[in-house]
Amino acid sequence: MLDFLWEPFALGFMRRALAGCLALSVAAPPLGVFLVLRRMSLMSDVLQHGVLPGIAIGAIFAGLSVWAMGIGGVVAGLAVAVLAGWLARRTGGREDSQLAGMYLLALAAGVALISTQHSIDLTHLLFGNVLAVDNAALFGMAGVATIALPVLALIWRPLVLESLDPGFMAATSGRGGVWHLIFLMLVVLCVVSGFVALGTLMSVGLMMLPAIAARHWSDSLSGQVRVAVLLACLSSVGGLILSYNLDIPAGPSIVLTAGGLWVVSMLTGPRASLWRQAIPNA
Amino acid sequence: MITLSGVELRHGERLIVSGLSGQIQTGSLTALIGSNGSGKTTLLRAIAGLHPLSSGRIDLGGLTPPDIALLAQGSHLDRSFPITCRDVVALAATRVGPFRSIGKDRLAATNAALTRVGLHEMGSRPIQALSAGQFQRVLFARTIVQDARLILLDEPFTAVDASTTRLLLSVIQDWHAQGRTVIAVLHDIELVRRHFPHTLLLSGQTASWDALPAPGLQAA
Repeated sequence: MLDFLWEPFALGFMRRALAGCLALSVAAPPLGVFLVLRRMSLMSDVLQHGVLPGIAIGAIFAGLSVWAMGIGGVVAGLAVAVLAGWLARRTGGREDSQLAGMYLLALAAGVALISTQHSIDLTHLLFGNVLAVDNAALFGMAGVATIALPVLALIWRPLVLESLDPGFMAATSGRGGVWHLIFLMLVVLCVVSGFVALGTLMSVGLMMLPAIAARHWSDSLSGQVRVAVLLACLSSVGGLILSYNLDIPAGPSIVLTAGGLWVVSMLTGPRASLWRQAIPNA
Repeated sequence: MITLSGVELRHGERLIVSGLSGQIQTGSLTALIGSNGSGKTTLLRAIAGLHPLSSGRIDLGGLTPPDIALLAQGSHLDRSFPITCRDVVALAATRVGPFRSIGKDRLAATNAALTRVGLHEMGSRPIQALSAGQFQRVLFARTIVQDARLILLDEPFTAVDASTTRLLLSVIQDWHAQGRTVIAVLHDIELVRRHFPHTLLLSGQTASWDALPAPGLQAA
């Protein structure tokens, strides 16, 4: 009766996609929680578009190699992140128009570059293709998760302080920028590592949506991180099942599942939910 | 002793303070007053090494950044951040780093500081739940834990009720009694007259030491 739940994972490529997405579900949402807290949600948009030209250039030079495309994506992502950070400092935080300009330009450049390569399906690149999750892509996702978690644990305390009160951090240790940069590097790695399975436009969804939803469940940082990881894992499993049964790309179906969980969180979560606001004394 | 010689400060092109010279004795309690935009906050940040001097120099008499605590105006801090009062205070740890844990001593100092500002029962509360006055007390507790020899306070009593102001004033007097140097940006001239032995008045681009406006005259 519940065959539609198990059947997808009888296939090897679906199991590989599941393993990779679960690895990413553990590593990416904690970074998303920090992005939300630092009011940098827009930054994730910029990154998801910004990695595309790099991936395209990687593909032009080395063909359909996950590693070449990944390295290109990481380099482009870091360049965009540093450029955006520099803009933010120059404009005193009023950089959203520049960020919007950057990601439009990056998306257009990425699509234009990809179009010159007839061997690459643009839809797969943007929205993911679980069939393409080979061992290299799986190792990429698992490897990034393996690096990102311990590094985040290590920089956790300074990162919390830098997110809470950057002025204080600058006054007392003057090294706030280092933690910020390491953090951005982890974000870029996570966005890029998910591109094969989820697509460049969708892999940020697994990072941000669970993090945004987690705010409705907990008012402690560690609580939000735990909830975000749990929601991301549920989205990965649910999204892959949907993707297989309804024959839609994995990226959108995982993001749609995460979005559904976000709506549920808004309606039923114990913290600041719509429901509570509608009925003040409930 | 802090020695200012020919200090000139600018915001971009705009000249804010020029030719400021003088001394602030070690262990003294000084109020920094003046109208809005006269450069009080900028001077405080310059003393903390966070704003470049366009000319002149500030000699801190051998103090290094870990010896300096700057309590900026609290409004810059994100009050919706999911963190408890105790964690905010404990993170005051000079040089928070990846490999430094928060040990027993620091935890004891944190709890003592929270008790000093009357928040010992609020330690595990998230900062979202605090009033403006309680939040300012948390920031004072954090400054206590910093255990600095030079303490710089930027408008510490803004948006704070009378009883909290009294409590925070008594903390400042503790610091003074412990021989720490305290410089505070303040607006309330009566409060300055009663509690601060030394003053530096900035107005226009001139500065006057230990000269308060005559009683009844309120510096705007």
